Amino acid sequence: MTTEAIHEDLNEAHDDHDHGDHKPTGFLDRWLFTTNHKDIGTLYLVFSLTMFMIGGAMAMIIRAELFMPGLQLVEPDFFNQMTTMHALIMVFGAVMPAWVGFANWLVPMMIGAPDMALPRMNNWSFWILPFAFTMLLSTLFMDSGGPAAGWTLYPPLVLQTGSSFAFVVFAVHMMGVSSIMGSINIIATIFNMRAPGMRLLRMPMFVWTWLITAFLLIAVMPVLAGAVTMLLTDHFFSTNFFNAAGGGDPVMFQHIFWFFGHPEVYIMILPAFGVVSEILPTFSRKPLFGYGSMVYATATIAFLSFIVWAHHMFTVGMPLQAELFFMYATMLISVPTGVKVFNWVATMWQGSMTFETPMLFAIGFVVLFTIGGLSGLMLAITAADFQYHDTYFVVAHFHYVLVPGAVFALMAATYYWLPKFTGNMYSEKWGKIHFWSSAIFVNVLFFPQHYLGLAGMPRRIPDYSPQFADFNMISSIGGFAFGATQLIFVGIVWHCAFRSKVRATPEVWEGSRGLEWTLDSPPAYHSFNTPPEVTCNALSRAD
Amino acid sequence: MKKENTIIVALAVLAAVIAATWLILVAPALTGNEINMTKGVTQQSADHFDLHMIVLWICVVIGIAVFTVMFTSIVLHRKSRGHKAAKFSHSTKAEIIWTIIPVLILVVMAVPATTALVRMEDSSGAEMTVKITGFQWRWKYEYLDQDISFISSLDSSSNAARQLNSGVTPESVDNYLLDVDHPLVLPVGRKIKFLITADDVIHSWWVPALGWKRDAIPGFVNEAWTNIEKPGTYRGQCAELCGKDHGFMPIVVIALAEEEFDSWVNEQLAGKTQSDQQVTVR
Repeated sequence: MTTEAIHEDLNEAHDDHDHGDHKPTGFLDRWLFTTNHKDIGTLYLVFSLTMFMIGGAMAMIIRAELFMPGLQLVEPDFFNQMTTMHALIMVFGAVMPAWVGFANWLVPMMIGAPDMALPRMNNWSFWILPFAFTMLLSTLFMDSGGPAAGWTLYPPLVLQTGSSFAFVVFAVHMMGVSSIMGSINIIATIFNMRAPGMRLLRMPMFVWTWLITAFLLIAVMPVLAGAVTMLLTDHFFSTNFFNAAGGGDPVMFQHIFWFFGHPEVYIMILPAFGVVSEILPTFSRKPLFGYGSMVYATATIAFLSFIVWAHHMFTVGMPLQAELFFMYATMLISVPTGVKVFNWVATMWQGSMTFETPMLFAIGFVVLFTIGGLSGLMLAITAADFQYHDTYFVVAHFHYVLVPGAVFALMAATYYWLPKFTGNMYSEKWGKIHFWSSAIFVNVLFFPQHYLGLAGMPRRIPDYSPQFADFNMISSIGGFAFGATQLIFVGIVWHCAFRSKVRATPEVWEGSRGLEWTLDSPPAYHSFNTPPEVTCNALSRAD
Repeated sequence: MKKENTIIVALAVLAAVIAATWLILVAPALTGNEINMTKGVTQQSADHFDLHMIVLWICVVIGIAVFTVMFTSIVLHRKSRGHKAAKFSHSTKAEIIWTIIPVLILVVMAVPATTALVRMEDSSGAEMTVKITGFQWRWKYEYLDQDISFISSLDSSSNAARQLNSGVTPESVDNYLLDVDHPLVLPVGRKIKFLITADDVIHSWWVPALGWKRDAIPGFVNEAWTNIEKPGTYRGQCAELCGKDHGFMPIVVIALAEEEFDSWVNEQLAGKTQSDQQVTVR
């Protein structure tokens, strides 16, 4: 907003306001047939929040059963269905669609494009999801029950699932199709629709991290589709891909799965890196430190994510050389990740910080993600992993990087951009209550799980020896409180969208930089019909 | 902001971060609960414990350093204190430093990590061999040199108590969920090779005091070994999700002095016919 070019463009946007605001009337036309990136973004985000609540309810059942030793509430098989479904729902239904939702809203606005490159495919890639997850959830009501072999779907165990397994596989296929189409769309948009002057190395970090994430998705979702298809034929058509008795190899599945699964981890966290790299500069009132190395670090992490998969399977009995290779490669990931953390701290250093809710969640992210990253470094040490593997230490580790990691970044992004999306400010007071309560209880929930794992509690068990009772009870209390806290979040979002009387300015935040803040809040239904001219002063980075 | 102030604040923040670290890493142990990895009773478990502690301390120091800088900045560089934002946006020198230092730390960590792993994977020179077969939801042990074999399952009192709403409080059962009918009996001071496999789905044989777990996979025979230094009873559990009763297939190892082990072997061989029948009945 410091250059004339952008001022002019802003004025033009004002003039265009009516013209650009032709929303389709009628519920079905507006939402079912929509090709508008903002509407589709909203659909993704609402869907994701719904799945977050369903997956969260499953986590509550898990923590309730683990509240004390002995089985009180559910049978072990149902417990296993809950752990399996909780993970599938949270990974594929909550975190991934939430990032696609933000990408839909933000990528066009951040690069000065009027919409996504492939708007009809955009509609389709969203509308597949409700059907996929309805089908997945429906397995819980089938006679043979839902999948209970863990979200990793390891054979031979997963082949003991009844006929509902076909529905699980088809649901995974549909999620994969949706993700691939979403990624193609994001890549096509970023490569073809940037406004003049928006060179690649000027793009906001969120756009960069999503570009790299999209390539990861295209590379690995077909691998997952292949793996589950082989499971399907093993189950129903007497093939022996993973059946040792028929000449197949059950460990091969794990290699294929984790070749998908490890990049998948970064698919969930790279956009979070992008969000934090947007928010910290805004509230530090200082440019992002080391933009260039942030981009290269992201790319390096993405590359390394393809050559570390077998650290998830150190105990399957690999040759020593393979174990050494995967240990060293995994340890290396901490270098680019460390660069990111150091750069974030350097961004805050000597800034002029304020602590609105997005900033609080971003700082919470940096602290707690770092803790999760450090326990990840511990897990990389193969010999020590012979003790850590498949214990609650692992559960604590990946929940630290996914909940106060990816989910906190999603919360931060919501508070940061929701005023832009809705045109209203959320309640800062309730936002802060939500942050502090989340930050405290997420640690009460997950930190004791480190102790449990080290003391010897395996994961995925519905009942445990009384020596683990104290910390399980503390963890469950933290879990219930964390779960209840997220209802506050739903209330805040609803209030901001429909009830808030405080209008947001176009900039929303004092220190915000980037093209999306040059648009009205909320932006016109069709924004940037004429491409803006991009000068580096308007961007969230300094050259 | 004067330089002295920055140092004073940084020291105060450092003290707070160290106090927080103590609170989460040390204080919980004061409740009497076990919160750390066991040192165990083998060279391997000691190796893995040492490795764990080395890496943990490195991580703790890195974490303390990063969080001290970060929270010092949060205390000092805030708008409400009238701090004006600096303009710098990169420093090649700083970025090279914080790329190279982590690499050096990794190299330091890699040395003991590699040594321990090489030692773990060397099962040569074993004096006896036990074949372990996992199946839903029991373990079968075969002493290949002594011609003894038996099946080990969850002890009946745990099994009764673990049923949904059994009405039996777990605390009233000795070693709830960690007791079996036929424990694996092993000698101390002898290098024992394990051949680990499975009959149906994947399991994982884990006794924390021995220092490792290894997956039991149908169609594969995995090797692992131990050399127990101290007689005693060591308990563990299946560590790979293997179906509904995954949480209910514990492992108990009883380590006996050599001569006691030999007399146990003779006892077993004497009653072999009987125990064979038991196995067949199962």
